[in-house]
Amino acid sequence: MELALIVLLPFIGAVLPYAVMTRSHRQITLVTAAVAAIGLLLLLTLAPATLQGNYPNFHHEWLPALGLNLSFRLDGLSLLFAGLILGIGLLVIIYAHFYLTNNDNRPKFFAYLLLFMGSMLGIVTANNLILLWFFWELTSISSFLLIGYWSHQSQARRGARMAVAITGGGGLALLAGVLLIGNMAGSYQLDQIILAADSIRNHALYLPALLLVLLGAFTKSAQFPFQFWLPHAMSAPTPVSAYLHSATMVKAGIFLLARMFPALGGTPEWFTLVTLTGLTTMLLGAYFALFKTDLKGLLAFSTISHLGLITMLLGLGSSGALLAALFHILNHATFKAGLFMIAGIIDHEAGSRDLRKLSGLRKFMPYTMILACITAAAMAGVPLLNGFLSKEMFFVETYQQHLFGGLSWIIPVLATVGAMLSVAYSIRFVHGVFFDEVSEQLPKQPHEPPLMMRMPVMILAGLCIVVGIAPMIFTAGILQSAMTAVSPWPFVVDIQLWHGLNYALLMSALAFAGGLGIYLNRNELLTFNRQFDYQNAKDVFAKIVKAATNFCDALINRIETGSLQRYMAALLIITIIFVLPEIYQISQLTGARAQQPINSVSVVGAVMIAFAAIGTAAFHRHRLKALMMLSVVGLMVSLTFIHFSAPDLALTQLVVEVVSVILMILALFFMPQRVPKASSGGRVARDLLIAGFIGGIVGAMNFAILTRPFQSISDFFLAQAVPGGGGTNVVNVILVDFRGFDTLGEITVLAIAAVGIHKLLNNLRPFMPSSDADGRAWHHVKHPLMAKVVSQMILPLAFMVSVYVLLRGHNVPGGGFIAGLITASAVILQYMTNGVDWVKERFDYNYQTIAAIGVMIALFTGLGSWLFGHAFLTSWFTHVDWPIVGEFEFATAMLFDIGVYLTVIGATLMILANFGQMTTKHRPRQENL
Amino acid sequence: MEALFSITVGILTACSIYLILRGRSFPIVMGLTMLSYAVNLFLFSTGRLVLNQLPIIGNQAEYTDPLPQAFVLTAIVIGFAMTAYTIILAVRVRGELGTDEVNDPQAKDGEGNR
Repeated sequence: MELALIVLLPFIGAVLPYAVMTRSHRQITLVTAAVAAIGLLLLLTLAPATLQGNYPNFHHEWLPALGLNLSFRLDGLSLLFAGLILGIGLLVIIYAHFYLTNNDNRPKFFAYLLLFMGSMLGIVTANNLILLWFFWELTSISSFLLIGYWSHQSQARRGARMAVAITGGGGLALLAGVLLIGNMAGSYQLDQIILAADSIRNHALYLPALLLVLLGAFTKSAQFPFQFWLPHAMSAPTPVSAYLHSATMVKAGIFLLARMFPALGGTPEWFTLVTLTGLTTMLLGAYFALFKTDLKGLLAFSTISHLGLITMLLGLGSSGALLAALFHILNHATFKAGLFMIAGIIDHEAGSRDLRKLSGLRKFMPYTMILACITAAAMAGVPLLNGFLSKEMFFVETYQQHLFGGLSWIIPVLATVGAMLSVAYSIRFVHGVFFDEVSEQLPKQPHEPPLMMRMPVMILAGLCIVVGIAPMIFTAGILQSAMTAVSPWPFVVDIQLWHGLNYALLMSALAFAGGLGIYLNRNELLTFNRQFDYQNAKDVFAKIVKAATNFCDALINRIETGSLQRYMAALLIITIIFVLPEIYQISQLTGARAQQPINSVSVVGAVMIAFAAIGTAAFHRHRLKALMMLSVVGLMVSLTFIHFSAPDLALTQLVVEVVSVILMILALFFMPQRVPKASSGGRVARDLLIAGFIGGIVGAMNFAILTRPFQSISDFFLAQAVPGGGGTNVVNVILVDFRGFDTLGEITVLAIAAVGIHKLLNNLRPFMPSSDADGRAWHHVKHPLMAKVVSQMILPLAFMVSVYVLLRGHNVPGGGFIAGLITASAVILQYMTNGVDWVKERFDYNYQTIAAIGVMIALFTGLGSWLFGHAFLTSWFTHVDWPIVGEFEFATAMLFDIGVYLTVIGATLMILANFGQMTTKHRPRQENL
Repeated sequence: MEALFSITVGILTACSIYLILRGRSFPIVMGLTMLSYAVNLFLFSTGRLVLNQLPIIGNQAEYTDPLPQAFVLTAIVIGFAMTAYTIILAVRVRGELGTDEVNDPQAKDGEGNR
């Protein structure tokens, strides 16, 4: 539980800086630091268990069907990284307090930082590969936010975009790799995957999975050829660079390599790919670091180089190499975070971090100079500092491998060259900034930073020395534990200061001599380097992005023409393409079911439907005519229902038809009166072809279904309607009882549609012609007397009928839907014949309220059954004897049906009455929902 | 009878698809309405064509399948809501843009205005 809390804490804590944003800067920093400190304390309480081999864990199923669980485990490797993340995180928070200026948005900075911290902790403690990937992507996002923190700078935005594109793209590759591995291992749980290591390594898909995972790791850890995003991420505030781009995020890729080593490592493929990538990255990074004039740029390339070194060690993969890798992860994080902070201090106090402008700062910043000397010396690998130890171990590994046969000697040689370059740029960092004459180009008078700003660097520098002198005391425990998690081979953790005179020492000596030589001759090297015309990675990246967007634009322009007709046609054609093969599979269209004989009534009905439908399509430009034909179709459909034993459907269809046609006639008023030219012949032919095809397919499918025997679950409904639901009209009982939940959803949708229409009508200024297309004015009598009288007489009758239909619906055709529509159409009739004003005077209800009450009644009827300890929407009924009326059945389903009734009335009138009012002064103008 | 029914559904579908492929909003609304008739008939017929067997418990020996009927009943009402929504949408577009064309007036391939 504590473990999950450690991960969760920063996410929760991310709101704290905002909670105290109105307070002082100090308080904002304090709450942020407190989050990190509590996390660190929790981690320390868990550490003893991990060191003893009892890994604390937390398991909670999230989406077990997908193999995704909230599963965390703190083994040695996790502990090592979590310690770095929280420890250096805490120092960075303190440092950032002094680094940020008054213009910076502090809560935003600290909130992002905590988000990042939580994501990182998630990666290193996850015991589920998908969960690990999830946090992996979160680090990409939070680092995007942090790099782009100064979002007013185009450079920062560009750097952030580049970082997120590269690491996010790598993340997608990683996901694919993770899915492959999960498939091979049969589980996404890391401990299970490591147990299944052999079957993964012997699997046919091993190589693709490895490549995908490596792609993810290499992009994240800025390995060649993806190294270019890291220098551009330097536009982030320096605390971010110190945290993300030296100690933590870029180490996530390394972490993944170490994590997956027991499952994927140790194969020739792993060795070749990882070692060579690491070696190349190490050399390239070190070489380019030499020529950087920006302090942070120098450190960025040096980081790339050191990440390459660690990658290479993981590639070599012997137990000694793995130990060296883990040790160097720790060491690099301490000295490089310190160096970044020093770069930030120099920038902050001297106003520049350009090596061409800086020199002689030792006079102004003696303490900072000492700290810089220590950390840079650790980077160069000077004895008695931690960097020396891991570098020696690295050297030993390089000449102990024999993996390239007769060419194996090339690796120690290249490693020595890399170390020389490393020494050279380390000297450059210190010598260039602090020694020589005082530069005259300094933007401002430099001075020492506040003690507390220096303090984090002092702690880190102190660690470099302490670990460098007594490595076994301070790191043996954690390295032992971490090695248990990483190394499949037996190992001994034994780090000695003095190995005697061996090749490694010789290589170190050569590195120092060579590095000094390179630094002294740096101008010659610079001239040499100038001969090459390097393509700026940023430009190449921009070019690729541009090409990709251009390609997509062109594609979109081709597909997305803005013609809805074209989209529709494409959609339908694709449907045909997908359905045709399926239809083709049906060997025989006619099934075994006995067919009904044709009777003359049916033939007449079918012919009428066909004629009316074809007429609607043919005369669609003569809209009124087409609408009349459409209504013939609707009415004939209603008759079809009654013919085939569906009286409820027939009634519903009939009333809906009436209401829809009224609505469409109303709409016609607002539509253009003249419809210009018809479609071209080719287009008509194409549409006819599509329509004919789909009609044919649908008809054939329908015929195939109709002539086949079938089984239905309806026997249950038929048997239970009376004893269980208390009604003989099975369709109604299904609607209000058996499947009442569906109906509840449906009336809710109806109400939502009505609300949507209400909103659409707000502030609408429709075209309202004052005459017809031929210029004839509308008739002056808007509401003929006869119609008025008749409709007013019909109203109470219609109400009575609707209530009757509602009440009887449970047993014979009827019910809430039909009754509601009858009431609604009777009211609409009043609007039409008597005018809106007349209705408003007499019947000024708010239809929204009616619809809402309807939904509420239905909902609470359903909830009511909870009071009696039954499931949602369980119905209950009894029979009562009313005087005169006789036996009357009362069912809670009736209450539900009343809810349906009111909703239908409310929604229908909301639609029609509001729409009808468009032509009057009552039309909705304000947002009066 | 089955053949007659399915031919009718096929014709309804074909006509409605043709209407939906038009370039102005009103025929499209009519097409959608007609398509909902076709779909409703289709769904309804999954209970097969049965004469004189109302799904009302009484003295009959057999009843038609009530389940497709219940589904289609709600489908009719929802279909009405959809028709109403598209109609009002069409009116709103006409009010806002002054046209009832459904194609982007800047459509590049010149299809539209029909």
